[in-house]
Amino acid sequence: MQVNEFKPKIVAFCCNWCSYAGADLAGSNRLSYPADVKIIRVPCSCRVNPMFILRAFQRGADGVILCGCHPGDCHYTSGNYFARRRMALLFSMLDYLGIEKERTRVEWVSAAEGAKFSTVMNDFVQTVTALGENKRLEDLRCKR
Amino acid sequence: MQKITRDVLIEKAVSLLSDGTVSRVLGYKKGDLSYDITPALFTSKEQLEKEFVFNDFCAANFAKYLVKETKNQTEGKVLVFLKPCDTYSFNQLLTEHRFDREKVYAVGISCDGMIDINKIKAIVGDGIISVETDEKIKVNTLYDGVKELDKNDVLLERCANCKSKKHVAYDELLGEDGEVLDSNRFDQVAELEKMSADERFAFWQNELSRCIRCNACRDACPACTCEKCVFDNPNSGVENKSPANSFEEQMFHIIRAFHVAGRCTDCGECSRVCPQHIPLHLLNRKFIKDINEFYGDYQAGAIVGSRAPLVNYTKEDIEPIDAVNKGDK
Repeated sequence: MQVNEFKPKIVAFCCNWCSYAGADLAGSNRLSYPADVKIIRVPCSCRVNPMFILRAFQRGADGVILCGCHPGDCHYTSGNYFARRRMALLFSMLDYLGIEKERTRVEWVSAAEGAKFSTVMNDFVQTVTALGENKRLEDLRCKR
Repeated sequence: MQKITRDVLIEKAVSLLSDGTVSRVLGYKKGDLSYDITPALFTSKEQLEKEFVFNDFCAANFAKYLVKETKNQTEGKVLVFLKPCDTYSFNQLLTEHRFDREKVYAVGISCDGMIDINKIKAIVGDGIISVETDEKIKVNTLYDGVKELDKNDVLLERCANCKSKKHVAYDELLGEDGEVLDSNRFDQVAELEKMSADERFAFWQNELSRCIRCNACRDACPACTCEKCVFDNPNSGVENKSPANSFEEQMFHIIRAFHVAGRCTDCGECSRVCPQHIPLHLLNRKFIKDINEFYGDYQAGAIVGSRAPLVNYTKEDIEPIDAVNKGDK
């Protein structure tokens, strides 16, 4: 008998210079991470507008993770510092509105940290799977 | 303390108009009802004497009107009356180079709080004919005759928790300058933070589902001065009113508050103009409170040219994960 298991939809915004290369390294090293993670490449973590994250949730994502270079290592010198401030405020606001804070996360993954990328993604998918389906942020009209 | 009345303001406006310091005056005009006051532009003494009003319902913040008013090619300066809270918005717009300071003559007026017609309605009920606002608030009603109210009971939310009686910008001051106050404006936010996530979600679902997407909060906000707004984009996916309880309204209000985060002076216009009485200031104040806690106290508009927290950073900033877990333990 087939059990209808919940598979979360995870959107990962990865910066081109560190985390995306980190994901690539994870692949080359044959480190596995769940296929539920859909990576969107962005030029820098600070390219991610709060709207991107909310829109992802609205359109049915169950978790959103933003990965960027370690603070201090940004390809554009300071992009991730700005992203860090923005996300701190946005996540705090989502929590204020009563939305599970485990659904959002920021991780700093460098191009050399393929192993970290894989652990982070495995861990995040596990957390979101335990939380279950995203009910509070979904938009019925975007359901398929 | 000199009481600011209609006559004092008209006298000032007329003298500045006649000596040529200004060519027009931004002031208040009566709307359809006596408590429904609209901002208006006056250009002559006759017009001022006929239409200018000033009472405790004149809460509108003029700072935003200067953006348009200084952009047109009209000769001369524009006279604007600024209450203490308006001067913060004035400075904030100046910081962002949104209007030409040379074209403005700012007269600071002292303020002892504006009143909220909705609070009066909640107390006396329907049938308000007119409201007199002298020492006591006298409400003339259709069914119960005249009712007297205490002004402190019907203050606008932002005035009940006034953050400052100090003018931070003016060319000339009428009345006395006050002090920056230590208000309890974050108490309600702190109360909400103490609730469980489910309670908070229910609270905001209840509040925000009333939103009719009229965009009044955006239109009145002195910090929202983009000429092209993201919410006017028909492809944005958030420009409509959604038919069901969904994330749409939350998304709109998070983004609206986020776009002014660090620049919001907490003037309270958003909640004042909301036709559905949604406490929108609680969203803005959450951002202000967070900014104060994470990055040090910052009051937008207090100093011209100060760098807003979201366009600034330090290497030791709090990590997002610690920011959301700060309240726990």
